[in-house]
Amino acid sequence: MTVTAASTQALPAEWRDFFALTKPRVMSLVVFTGLCGLLAAPGHINPVLGFTAVLCIALGAGGAGALNQWWEADIDALMKRTSKRPLPSGRLRRTDARDFGVALSVASVLVMGLAVGWLCGAILALSIVYYAVVYTIWLKPRTPQNIVIGGGAGAFPPLIGWVAVTGDITAMPVLLFAIIFMWTPPHFWALALFVKTDYAKAGIPMLPVVAGEAVTRRQILVYSAILLVVSLLPWWIGGTGALYGLAALVLSGVFLALATPVALRRALEGDKMAPEKRLFGFSIIYLFALFTALVADHYLLGQGSLA
Amino acid sequence: MTPEEDARFKRARRGRNLALALVLLAFVALFYAITIAKMVH
Repeated sequence: MTVTAASTQALPAEWRDFFALTKPRVMSLVVFTGLCGLLAAPGHINPVLGFTAVLCIALGAGGAGALNQWWEADIDALMKRTSKRPLPSGRLRRTDARDFGVALSVASVLVMGLAVGWLCGAILALSIVYYAVVYTIWLKPRTPQNIVIGGGAGAFPPLIGWVAVTGDITAMPVLLFAIIFMWTPPHFWALALFVKTDYAKAGIPMLPVVAGEAVTRRQILVYSAILLVVSLLPWWIGGTGALYGLAALVLSGVFLALATPVALRRALEGDKMAPEKRLFGFSIIYLFALFTALVADHYLLGQGSLA
Repeated sequence: MTPEEDARFKRARRGRNLALALVLLAFVALFYAITIAKMVH
């Protein structure tokens, strides 16, 4: 066979490398919260269309993830956690990653619009632009509040899932958005506290690097307290039953209890960062448990009368 | 291109083509199902 100019540059990638571009682990959380929003919403959706909605949320998140890695390839190469990704390790051409990301994003929005509805398609498009452009390209390299803003991108899936069923935006889906929005900063900053050296090297203004540990720890506590209030709101406004309310109170209470020692202590040289790791680990369980409670509440108690 | 590189190139291309074929087939099935679901409505 003849050697083309392109193939001398880098050997063509395997399908696995394209799959890795979509950030499959992030996608699992996105699919889960999107599905929960869809299941907890009042009303009925054809199972095929419901499946399509969740699929499009996943495809859109994958496209946005690919665009994020296309833009950040140079930064990813500098950090241990991300240096094995397909682009920094040279297994994939940058333009291929960009085109793959654009194709996934456009396809997900079109299918969502045609099959489920154009309001859902529009919100999905907004979430992709928000993550790939507003967060990745514009604000992440510029402000230490990048995680707060980036949290908005991850907060869209349950909103989209809910709107797929009801067809309009009401208080409940907006509150689900707000819960993930408030959850992201303490979740991510807990992680940033024990891996912060990497971000400093890559020049990303993560809060612990720029404003210092003390500020970050205080902010974790503030957001955890707000999260407690926001997570209870769906119950207070009558959008869910007591099962969800109780679960939210217990889970957010534990979250706040784990955030308190993180906020009050200072890490010494050679610190194992156990409280930070504990908070980070629990924050993942928290989100899965809270949204499971939301769905269980809807099906067991059937009190979710407020759309 | 060495014989090893050539083999790897062909293997990667074959894998990509297979993956693309599966994705396209899945989309055909999905659009069929969506059409039926929409007609029932």
